[in-house]
Amino acid sequence: MPGLGRGARGGSRVHRLAGVGPMIGLIDCNNFYVSCERAFQPRLEGVPVGVLSNNDGCVIARSNELKALDVAMGTPAFELQPLLRQRRIVLLSSNYELYGDMSSRVQQVLEEFSAGVEPYSIDEMFVRFDGFAPEQMHRHAQELFTKVRRFTHIPVSVGIAQTRTLAKLANRTAKKLPGYGGVCVLRTGSETYETLLRQVELGDVWGVGRRLVERLALMGVHSAWDLALADPKQIRQRFSVTLERTCLELKGIPCIEMNDPGEARQRIMTSRSFGRMTDSREEIHQAIRQFAQRSAEKLRRQDSLARAVYVFLKTNRHRPDVPQYSPSAVVELPCPTDDSRDILLAASQAFAAIYRPRYRFMKAGVMLVDLVDANRAQLSLLDTPESQAQRERSDRLMATLDALNHRMGRGTVTFGRASPKAAWQLRCANRTPRWTTRWDELPQLR
Amino acid sequence: MPHPKLIPADPAPPAQPMPYPMPLTRAGLSGFPSPAQDYEGRTLDLNERLVKRPSSTFFMTVTGDSMEALGIAEGDLLVVDSAIEPRPGHILVATVEGELVVKRYELIGNRPYFTSANPAYRPIPAADLECQAWGVVRAVVHEYTV
Repeated sequence: MPGLGRGARGGSRVHRLAGVGPMIGLIDCNNFYVSCERAFQPRLEGVPVGVLSNNDGCVIARSNELKALDVAMGTPAFELQPLLRQRRIVLLSSNYELYGDMSSRVQQVLEEFSAGVEPYSIDEMFVRFDGFAPEQMHRHAQELFTKVRRFTHIPVSVGIAQTRTLAKLANRTAKKLPGYGGVCVLRTGSETYETLLRQVELGDVWGVGRRLVERLALMGVHSAWDLALADPKQIRQRFSVTLERTCLELKGIPCIEMNDPGEARQRIMTSRSFGRMTDSREEIHQAIRQFAQRSAEKLRRQDSLARAVYVFLKTNRHRPDVPQYSPSAVVELPCPTDDSRDILLAASQAFAAIYRPRYRFMKAGVMLVDLVDANRAQLSLLDTPESQAQRERSDRLMATLDALNHRMGRGTVTFGRASPKAAWQLRCANRTPRWTTRWDELPQLR
Repeated sequence: MPHPKLIPADPAPPAQPMPYPMPLTRAGLSGFPSPAQDYEGRTLDLNERLVKRPSSTFFMTVTGDSMEALGIAEGDLLVVDSAIEPRPGHILVATVEGELVVKRYELIGNRPYFTSANPAYRPIPAADLECQAWGVVRAVVHEYTV
């Protein structure tokens, strides 16, 4: 790796900090869902594989081979029927239980080899490294790269730098440029630093949205390097504090914390006690649906996206004479969303998993957890034009929905009740076994 | 094919009145600490014994008789650890022609092979790119019908 991590210091105006300070890594699982499937089905190696959204609606994860066939993110499954019939591709229903388990395995390995892990999404984790000399850092990163792959069978890309924004950029480099072999350690002031930042377009910088790109272009700021050289104060005056932070981060000055401010914004909860104890599936499901829609509204109001939906039920603990059961379940959303429909579906799914007849429940609730800033997530996580278009459409729909409900009273427009049973059956037509979480679905060896 | 002897992962919750009784915190009369108190919480956990590294440990089951001579029977539960570097003599899980199989890692005339315990199956050269070690079998759990 030419000049990586040990570049000449003080070579540029930008560079200030260097040396043994804490470093931040972004570990990104490559084509995560597909990799989880391949871990237990090696025959899928080298084959174009796609994973479908809930409902088997559209493609939400693609292997490199499928990308090479020009199948875009979000392609509806029916459009792929010809390829499927010719047996040129494999399409699988999503298997969230498997993905969730594999994700926590990756996290565990990272925890063992770092000074702290903060999951950013199901397949991306920020990791802190303390006290590594520059030349050690790269070796350690390399080791991490091999260990995660060997232990969990999930291939990853490793990007390490002084700030999260730079780590994100390093990760992209590690993944896209073959010369790096999946590992990139980026230090301000090194030769690679300037070369890389010059190559990276603004739109690919974490936290810089499409509209900003146009406005910045008017100022003559085109590349990540241009933004890194800009005056943060000026950026703040003309744009926002958020962009100022991005600018500083590109300079190698950490501004975005591991635990981002706004702890209160990290979760949204809607729950209520029922007027009386009930064991009616219908009734409780109805309540859950209401809570989910309400939570989604709150979510949109604060401009966040949720990554998971948590549902709980409680029996009456002041009545020790009746059977007690207070279960909960979390369902991951395929990608961060504020769409009522996605959240509703996930909540219903969680409910179906935990509901048991013959218990009389007193209280239920829906919590949206693992929230992200909508503006920050938009580009980094969903940056294909197709999903962008889809997102905008969904944004418009949700805005209309909120406006109507605001004007004409809450609950004027809600989502109809789909039959949960039928939806369940449809959803996982092609799901692989939950290899790691169910005794009766373990891999069978000959 | 589900194995009838295995405990289902998601049993129906037991009906238990709340708040939970806490039988371990106190015993005997009038608040005297139980002599057993110092030994609380010390139960033997099979996980602790068989699973050294949860992140890299996978459970798998066996079908067929190819490893019977080595004490691995149909329906047995394997504890597979992918963190272990395979050495000759290890029983391991390998990918062979796109499938996961259980084999023994052996050197035959200095060359690595995946072999079966059953002479009906021929040794497979392990150097082949299509054949790779997936994980090492750390333990075999054989349950009896009781």
